[in-house]
Amino acid sequence: MQKIGVFVCHCGTNIAATVDVKKVVELVRYEPGVVYADDYMYMCSEAGQEKIIEAIKEYNLTGLVICSCSPRMHEKTFRACAAKAGLNPYMVEVANIREQCSWIHKDKEEATKKAVILARAAIAKVNLNTPLQEGESPVTKRALVIGGGIAGIQTALDIADAGYEVDIVEKEPSIGGRMSQFDKTFPTLDCASCILTPKMVEVNQHPNITLYTYSEVEKVSGYVGNFDVDIRKKARSVIFDKCTGCGECMTKCPLGKIGNIPSEFDRGLKNRPAIYMPFAQAVPAVPVIDRENCTYFKTGKCGVCSKLCPSKAIDYEQQDEIVTVKYGAIVVATGFDIINLDKFGEYAYNESPDVITSIELERLMNAAGPTGGHLERMSDHKQPKDIVFIQCVGSRCDSEEKGKPYCSKVCCMYTAKHAMLIKDHWPDTNITVFYIDVRTPGKNFDEFYRRAVEQYHVNYIKGQVGKVKPQPDGSLLVQAADLLDGKQINMKADMVVLAAAVEPNPGVRKIATMLTASIDNNNFLTEAHAKLRPVESPTAGIFLSGMAQGPKDIPETVSQAGAAAVKVIGLLAKDHLKTNPCTAQCDTLLCNGCSTCANVCPYGAITYDDVQVMDHGLRETRRVAQVNLALCQGCGACTSACPSGAMDLQGFSNRQITTEVDAICR
Amino acid sequence: MSMTQLEKNIEAIKEMSGSDPYKCMRCGKCTASCPAYSEMDIKPHQFASYIIRGDFEELIESKAAWKCLSCFACIERCPRDVQPGKLVDATRQMVARSRGGDYLQPEEVPALLAEDLPQQLLVSAFRRYRR
Amino acid sequence: MSMNEENKEFRPLIVAFCCNWCSYAGADLAGSSRLSYPADVKIIRVPCSGRVNPMFILRAFERGADGVIICGCHPGDCHYSTGNYYARRRMALLFSMLEYIGVENGRTRVEWCSAAEGAKFSKTMNEFCEKIQSLGENVRLGDLRCKN
Repeated sequence: MQKIGVFVCHCGTNIAATVDVKKVVELVRYEPGVVYADDYMYMCSEAGQEKIIEAIKEYNLTGLVICSCSPRMHEKTFRACAAKAGLNPYMVEVANIREQCSWIHKDKEEATKKAVILARAAIAKVNLNTPLQEGESPVTKRALVIGGGIAGIQTALDIADAGYEVDIVEKEPSIGGRMSQFDKTFPTLDCASCILTPKMVEVNQHPNITLYTYSEVEKVSGYVGNFDVDIRKKARSVIFDKCTGCGECMTKCPLGKIGNIPSEFDRGLKNRPAIYMPFAQAVPAVPVIDRENCTYFKTGKCGVCSKLCPSKAIDYEQQDEIVTVKYGAIVVATGFDIINLDKFGEYAYNESPDVITSIELERLMNAAGPTGGHLERMSDHKQPKDIVFIQCVGSRCDSEEKGKPYCSKVCCMYTAKHAMLIKDHWPDTNITVFYIDVRTPGKNFDEFYRRAVEQYHVNYIKGQVGKVKPQPDGSLLVQAADLLDGKQINMKADMVVLAAAVEPNPGVRKIATMLTASIDNNNFLTEAHAKLRPVESPTAGIFLSGMAQGPKDIPETVSQAGAAAVKVIGLLAKDHLKTNPCTAQCDTLLCNGCSTCANVCPYGAITYDDVQVMDHGLRETRRVAQVNLALCQGCGACTSACPSGAMDLQGFSNRQITTEVDAICR
Repeated sequence: MSMTQLEKNIEAIKEMSGSDPYKCMRCGKCTASCPAYSEMDIKPHQFASYIIRGDFEELIESKAAWKCLSCFACIERCPRDVQPGKLVDATRQMVARSRGGDYLQPEEVPALLAEDLPQQLLVSAFRRYRR
Repeated sequence: MSMNEENKEFRPLIVAFCCNWCSYAGADLAGSSRLSYPADVKIIRVPCSGRVNPMFILRAFERGADGVIICGCHPGDCHYSTGNYYARRRMALLFSMLEYIGVENGRTRVEWCSAAEGAKFSKTMNEFCEKIQSLGENVRLGDLRCKN
């Protein structure tokens, strides 16, 4: 039997004016378990707390009920007070007789009656309270960043600079991501590689950063502070430590000239050899052999690269290697790609080589790109004179199989950038942009777009293009409408550039599943709270950075990367994590291993284990649910889903809530 | 080549009106403010885009240029300082020029002057003819 | 029903389950804004509307409650991401079952109330009390458990 002390607070006149405090004390004094009841002017004051501590000691109280303001206000205060007197803080319950009683009722008798009922419910609950201990789990002081684009690079650098070790896993042979493909960046028009490559080099040289390029996350287990991650290092066929990055192999590979292997980095606008680095400033500067296309791997003949390599770094026998590393935190920075345009036949992307995507245009404008920075039509290598840009290709498109319902956010700005860059180089080019809305929320963004219109005389027309028709003379006929002037437009263009919608990197789904990180209908990772916890996944220990979470531009990505890094550092700075003791618990004797609870758990905190149980004298091995206390956040979803009543929530147990119901309905 | 002609024409309009049609962001505040809205076959905000596109013929043949009251509400309220009223004015001037006899000497003015002519009209007439 | 006329002094007994993050905070806000609602409403704090086991509601009716309301975060705002969705589906099923065994649909309700919606909380409770008042006393459900 508990020995419960009840303390009723006047809160000055806040409670006492409408609730007869003395009467409440008298009426609860004889409730089961109550050995002491008293009132005081301000329970939360120093003197009030002193009173509680004295009573705990004098009457050997095992439980406390404080009738006062909302537990959201002072539950912590009273728990700390109990702990001071040596009582388990979770033996305290607060009856809310201010916000939910005295402040909203006027009739004193009625309010007093309600206060008594609320106090009784709390007393009934405390009778069933059990002391709870906050758990502790150690923290591995190492972070994993999945994805080596600008988001991953920035997150890794920030964490590493704070003194923690970070590993980056990048599935491509080089870090750099999408940003390394760009020519210039808005709104300042700095060259993308001029600002990115120094960061890539810094990552490579940072003593706290380990790079796993051409590698993929294979398996993730564990929980916040204690993840075990298997990383598959795909066979490069080049010995990392021997290669000097001289590039001899790449220039001599016979497939470079005759192979027709489209370069992924150049978006298929150029071919690459079978042994390759994606681009000249690749980090690490170690090529890989594309085994699917390499003649040696296909026929066993060739071996030119091996013969020519001055440092004998080619190893055709290399195997994939799997390393297992422990991490305390994981950042997902898997980035984006643009959508497939097969469904947009009206824009003739697959029909004409002169209809290109914006990323292809980036490559065509880039001095290191397939044309050395000279803008030309892929069909006849002539410089285009009339260029049409089409915005929102697949963005803001409600038809699910065709496009994406969201705004891709970056297209308006990069299109203005492209238009100005082209006009800068070739001023007599005519540029027309067809838009639905021009969206430029960002520092110096609208000014940037207006410059395209006012200084460069880029022709912006409101209205989506209906059709692009390749003409026999090699030009493209663009059918559109000027909605503001109410006119249909049929114009000829030499080149059409499509601002294709962005989408999360297709690989993110698999990664999110491994991490039990939630993902939305569009495959963007979900944040723990859209406003207040934007860089954390609901799954503890998983953080989000960059486009993986939602469309964003480079400045935003870098800020988010920094924010994610801070959250990681905050986690890694702790030696131990305190865990919420109000967690779910499984009664192994009742559990039938049906997996219902695991399916509703938003945190992936429930696993199944074969456990030996003694049931009515029979020893059996059963598959039962196990709650990982470090992951469980105490929502109780499993408890109400459990068909056999095996799951219960500490601090809000079935019996505790039922007894509260009983006390109220007495 | 036609482009350069277009650019020349636009430059001429800019000079005549003293306003830059490229600054227009099609917000429509001018059209919203226009007391002659229902009479205008080309709305005030469309003047900028017609000029940029080079559709001068349509402007010249429009009723709008003559239905504009020169109340200058659009000039007063334009957030981008495009001042469509001035573009309308420039359109009238184009028409006047296209009919020849588009120059008026200052000496000729007093004879044409009526007592109760508003000052504004005078100024606007000078802008139209003395360039 | 004649029972209503006889019993003019009928005061309903209403149990409200409020999730800790949104609606309990909404109730606190209603309190600090002094937006009154009848004292017949007694609130039980639960971590999440998804924690509300149908058993609790049956128990309340079994013990003589006249109405039960479950308040949670707005869809999409659940502190635990998905708890309120489960609650919504679970309660839809439970309420139709309750109606079948004689507890009218008006006696049960699910409402979303954010921490900023003190006014909504108070309004909801006033409406719900009125509704229960008009429905009158609940036919007390007998003990539903099987007895051996």
